[in-house]
Amino acid sequence: MYPSRFSYEAPTTVKEAIALLSKANGEAKVLAGGQSLVPMMKLRFAAPQILVDINNIPGLAFHSADPDGTYRIGALCRHVDLEKDVELAAQQPTMAAAAPVIADPIVRTRGTVVGSLCHADPQGDWASVMSALGGSIVAEGPNGRRTIPCSDFVNGPFQNLLEPEELAVEATVPPPVGTRAGGYLKLERRIGDFATAGVAVSLELSGEQVVRAGIGLTGVGPSTICADAAAETLVGQALDQSTIERAAQLASDVSQPRSDHRGSEAYKRHIVATFVTRILSNLQPATEQAT
Amino acid sequence: MTIDEVKIGGLGASRPRVEDNRFIRGKGNYVDDIALPGMLHMELLRSPLAHARIKSIDVTAAWAIPGVRLVLTGEMMASRNLAWMPTLSYDTQAVLATDKVRFQGQEIACVVADDPYIAKDACEAIIVDYEPLPVIVNPTQAMTAGAPVIRDDKENQHDNLIFDWEVGDKDGTDAAFSAADVVSELELHYPRSHPSPIETCGSIADFDRSTSKLTVYMTTQAPHIIRAAVAMVAELPEHMIRIISPDLGGGFGNKVPVYPGYVVSILASILLERPVKWIEDKTGNLISTGFGRDVYLRGQMALRKDGKILGVRMHTDSDHGAFFSDAQPSKFKIGLMHSAFACYDIPTAHLTAQGVYTNKAPGGVAYRCSFRVTEAMFFQERMVQAAADDLGLDQAEFRRLNFVQDDDFPHRTPFGFLTDSGQYGKCLDIGLEAVGYKKFLEQKEEAKKNGRLLGIGISTMTEPLGAGNSREYDILGIKMFDSAELRVHMTGKAILRTGAKSQGQGHETTWAQIVAHELGIPADDVVVEEGDTDTAPFGMGTYASRSTPVAGAAVSMVSRKIRAKARKIAAHLLEVSEEDIDWELGRFYLRSSPDRGVTIQECAMAAYSNVPDGMEPGLENNAYYDPPNLTWPFACYIATVEVDPLTGVWDVLNMVAVDDCGVRINPMIVEGQIMGGLTEAYAMASMQFITFDDEGNCVGSNYMDYLLPTAWETPGFELHEVVTPCPHHPIGAKGIGECATVGGPAAFVNAVMDALKGSGVRNVDMPLLPDRVYEALTTSRDVSGAPPIRTS
Ligand SMILES: Cc1cc2nc3c(=O)[nH]c(=O)nc-3n(C[C@H](O)[C@H](O)[C@H](O)COP(=O)(O)OP(=O)(O)OC[C@H]3O[C@@H](n4cnc5c(N)ncnc54)[C@H](O)[C@@H]3O)c2cc1C
Repeated sequence: MYPSRFSYEAPTTVKEAIALLSKANGEAKVLAGGQSLVPMMKLRFAAPQILVDINNIPGLAFHSADPDGTYRIGALCRHVDLEKDVELAAQQPTMAAAAPVIADPIVRTRGTVVGSLCHADPQGDWASVMSALGGSIVAEGPNGRRTIPCSDFVNGPFQNLLEPEELAVEATVPPPVGTRAGGYLKLERRIGDFATAGVAVSLELSGEQVVRAGIGLTGVGPSTICADAAAETLVGQALDQSTIERAAQLASDVSQPRSDHRGSEAYKRHIVATFVTRILSNLQPATEQAT
Repeated sequence: MTIDEVKIGGLGASRPRVEDNRFIRGKGNYVDDIALPGMLHMELLRSPLAHARIKSIDVTAAWAIPGVRLVLTGEMMASRNLAWMPTLSYDTQAVLATDKVRFQGQEIACVVADDPYIAKDACEAIIVDYEPLPVIVNPTQAMTAGAPVIRDDKENQHDNLIFDWEVGDKDGTDAAFSAADVVSELELHYPRSHPSPIETCGSIADFDRSTSKLTVYMTTQAPHIIRAAVAMVAELPEHMIRIISPDLGGGFGNKVPVYPGYVVSILASILLERPVKWIEDKTGNLISTGFGRDVYLRGQMALRKDGKILGVRMHTDSDHGAFFSDAQPSKFKIGLMHSAFACYDIPTAHLTAQGVYTNKAPGGVAYRCSFRVTEAMFFQERMVQAAADDLGLDQAEFRRLNFVQDDDFPHRTPFGFLTDSGQYGKCLDIGLEAVGYKKFLEQKEEAKKNGRLLGIGISTMTEPLGAGNSREYDILGIKMFDSAELRVHMTGKAILRTGAKSQGQGHETTWAQIVAHELGIPADDVVVEEGDTDTAPFGMGTYASRSTPVAGAAVSMVSRKIRAKARKIAAHLLEVSEEDIDWELGRFYLRSSPDRGVTIQECAMAAYSNVPDGMEPGLENNAYYDPPNLTWPFACYIATVEVDPLTGVWDVLNMVAVDDCGVRINPMIVEGQIMGGLTEAYAMASMQFITFDDEGNCVGSNYMDYLLPTAWETPGFELHEVVTPCPHHPIGAKGIGECATVGGPAAFVNAVMDALKGSGVRNVDMPLLPDRVYEALTTSRDVSGAPPIRTS
């Protein structure tokens, strides 16, 4: 690989990293797992003058639940950390379903969840998962921290709301108000392929009733799509057939896919509906499922 | 006393691959591993547009970058008469563009610099002013009246047609169709794909002014052809050219042609008198070097109600890209396309073929096949299935009914090839048994009741491998034979060299096994060398599964010459006459007293210490082999699949392969070849293709878009064998390197089409991406995969 010339910095604290970013006048890029940035540098689509490598900063490689139930993912938490966490399925079923279908095993070992959110690829899987979960990004800059909801964080393909001198230090998910359930389905042509279409569903249940819901769509719009109307229609309902069908239809309606070599617009809409249906049908209580 | 042949690593021994010793230790020696003192680095500037007139090229800024040693453009090449080069198909190809760019990725300029970073920076600093022209990405566009003429550089070229060609018996075929009860039809596109070896192309040219010698380290499957081409094109004396092809990271046909990068690096080294290294990047390899396929096929089959095939018509439209530089050695314009239907007893057939220029990369290569055999066999097996369906006959029985019978060899195929051996019915039986054919058909019906779609697909074929015989095959007039040179040292160890060039086939292992078989010298005592034109004897290189059929045969023949001389020495040592001794593996003995004998090793020592009076000392020789015919392996592949009716995703449930490649030298290597080939077959069927949008942008220019299946997706394969020795090959072997790539795709596609049976769909073009399968299922219409790809 022969990228354009760049200089390399390896800060060991968040403060130091922010100072380097502040000094760089927008010419610096944060290097996390490098699984998106480095390929772009190879192709010279990205030519940052300075790379600020955050991998030497201790204390960022975590994922855990606070006592109040807030779930936090540090900037150096790799995809594989979530994939290998056997307790995740009980705590965060949507994340647990998504982690093993991100990229391929090699990429999962290096790539980070927060880096994926920052990268803001419309085909990135984590953005729809975090949108479904109502998650946020915690950004730290020279003036301290601020929290940006994931649904606002991305303001265009490969664009986010971070200021050039800000570092995303973690992603957070609010505490649940019911029992968590959910799933992630992705249509890919091959392991390591980005999604032709992906659907993240997060539910919080009280008994059989949905008390909170979120649906995020991958790869079917100029950025991640929050299918709010589809999610809304589930709230207050049990997962019966007609509710599921309604949600599937609404999610499909709100998607904005483009026809390309992965499939026609109509096909991708159909996949969205099919996946919403499949995830929700899987979450139906056993009695419902049988009918 | 008798030597166990398998123990000494002879025929039939699954001997671990000798070359793996260095590969698994990271000690392979590829072109990019080589660094010469004073070496400079070259980078190519490629066109972002598919068709455009070049108004100007400004290289001033590139020259100004420190560390830049040379900037070359087409104009400068033209001043040396090197802007264009001849192709292997008697056309011309631009080395660096002068007038127009004709495909995306075409080479426009080159920079040579102190390091590759500088070279790349300087390429970016070159300013090219283009005037965009209308773009053509398929044969229909190419042949539309008024279409822009891509090759306006050629004096007599007024359209985009390259050739019109035909073969077979038109009148006879017409008569067969008049007599038919049923006529079946099929139309499909075999998409463009790229061989995509993991190692890209590259070269280090090293011209030494003091000796006038040009040494080129090069990623080539055919070093001697390159030497000849350099001698003829660059008019350098042949003995002053040394081509070294070190370890190759795969070839699959991609490394047969001569590419502009090689030529420019050679010129740069001559101009600068320093070694110049060029290593192509992955995108450069995918968008500019030899692709495979890209043929539109349609045809008809004349059928009798009882299932007998009476005749076949075929037409092909092939898309050759911007220059006709197909790397194929046959006398036939569309390669061995007319080997189609060779395993069936069909009285008559007729093929017409048209080739066109488009604004796509040139350099059609035989991607793991003899030229165009892949398309031929794919069409054949898709057509056969369509015909069986049309007649309402079982697809296996329909094949069996039309197979050439075991006692019917030699057999003249409908297009005139001569097949010589095979047990087609037996292979089919083994395949059907292994896959549980009857039971699967029942399961399929049962599943259908529950809305599940199962399908089974068969592909049976014999294909011509081993180009070639000198009558019908040559490259620029050079005949397609091969040679081997064997030197047996005095202690009975040996070195064997051939003009073939392994790129994963395992020649270092298998050639030694042939020597072991012929001479009884343990394979471990034979070292094999290839790839250096100063030391290796002449050969046409490795592709088209030709190494074992041609070079491998030469290895047998040279070993036999050695044995003949050793026999004379043995007679001398035993003090008897030659007629009184017999040979068993590794030893001559007295027929009348078998205990008295001498080993081949003793003969070797005597060759250097105790030769009979009048005999030339030493034990070495060489042999040229011109095969009397191609070899005709047979294969039966059967796949079963399940299609998800809601997404179009399909999974392979089972894949059974029965291969008959005659005598197997190293069964393990043969199985590896088959598994690799089946993986590529699955790739073609499911995901791997190069396509273009309406502006001629290549979709598939990197490994995110050009999908190679990994171990995760690739299904398991169950392998079986049948052995019908080749009647004319010295050890009865047939080619095997390509059978599975050639025959495999139709098995997968037929299986998916079988699952869709009843929907009214006759064809979905490869790759059978989920959206295509879903579209076919829901619209009941055929799905074309022809470029340009759809956008909204
Ligand atoms: C072959 C391949 C297949 C892939 N397939 C998928 C897939 O199927 N699904 C999917 O979702 N992703 C996929 N990816 C992308 C992968 O998940 C990346 O890991 C992820 O998108 C980026 O994470 P990273 O840590 O590697 O970020 P980097 O590449 O290091 O950075 C990406 C961008 O985010 C910025 N950034 C990173 N971290 C921070 C931070 N803490 N604060 C501020 N800015 C930051 C960087 O400056 C850069 O602009 C694939 C990648 C590859 C190479």
